[in-house]
Amino acid sequence: MPDAIATSITLNGDPYPLGGDTPLTALLERLKMRRGRVAVEINREIVPKANYDATIVRAGDQVEIINFVGGG
Amino acid sequence: MSTTRKAEKMQDTSFELGGRKFKSRLIVGTGKYRDFAETKAAVEESGAEIVTVAVRRVNITDRGKENLLDFIDPKRYQILPNTAGCFTAEEAIRTCRLAREVGVGDLVKLEVIGDQQTLFPDVAATLEAARVLVKEGFKVMPYVTDDPVTCLRLQEIGCVAVMPLAAPIGSGLGIRNPFNLAIIIEQAKVPVIVDAGVGTASDAAEAMELGCDGVLMNTAIAGAKDPIAMARAMKLAVEAGRLAYRAGRIERKLYATASSPLTGLIG
Repeated sequence: MPDAIATSITLNGDPYPLGGDTPLTALLERLKMRRGRVAVEINREIVPKANYDATIVRAGDQVEIINFVGGG
Repeated sequence: MSTTRKAEKMQDTSFELGGRKFKSRLIVGTGKYRDFAETKAAVEESGAEIVTVAVRRVNITDRGKENLLDFIDPKRYQILPNTAGCFTAEEAIRTCRLAREVGVGDLVKLEVIGDQQTLFPDVAATLEAARVLVKEGFKVMPYVTDDPVTCLRLQEIGCVAVMPLAAPIGSGLGIRNPFNLAIIIEQAKVPVIVDAGVGTASDAAEAMELGCDGVLMNTAIAGAKDPIAMARAMKLAVEAGRLAYRAGRIERKLYATASSPLTGLIG
């Protein structure tokens, strides 16, 4: 489906359907992720927390969302 | 010695890392536990104030998953993100930048692995990453080989601590080179934390008796049959080792010296 590809992003290495430009806060909400628990990179650039509201995720973006897991 | 004087002697000075003071000299990891509840219980029992975590992609498909920070409260513990799994300076730097953006401070445990089988550090890449991270304002605690010269270099770069290994990560072999550690401790102007290789309580006590400022461990607690009990054992061992170091041990002698008076013997 070319339309789906045209509107999808790469999220943590896998394709993810976006459905048009989406504010980062809306994407995090959709993913049920709390901003205090994650950090976000778009196209290898870190998005500072203060910019979350103003940041728009666009089709084709490479998005990385990380959190903390158990480790030594 | 008066009781007040005794109490003073027993009272240890806190140790400082990146401008913050800590009472506990045991730093614990959060990996390899059965679940977050066990992680939390073990961390609490250990008395640790600094807790290491790893940085990974969030699980997109399993969104309801609990988050580690819901169990290890960042308001109560100093979270120390690590760069475990990074094999290049670039990966480690990227990981630290992301970790800082989560919002738990700028203290990081830098590890750049050089070999999959031994998990020994890539010293050149560790130095390279440390230089960049220090410039970016990170408080860097590098995991490093027990090499005195590398520890000096890391200190010169501006790392807030050096963390020489006791033995390979997760090996439980204990302190393989106490002499190198003794040199590192003598030369260091920043805290020295033995990181990796501790197997049981006596290993932790030995590190502290050598004069280390702290011990960092994960597997020794998480991999024990009873992690909660081992967490307590490690807490006590670190305290005992530190106290013994401060008390000043007797010199080793080849021959006996009687503990009881040699005069007034019967007969």
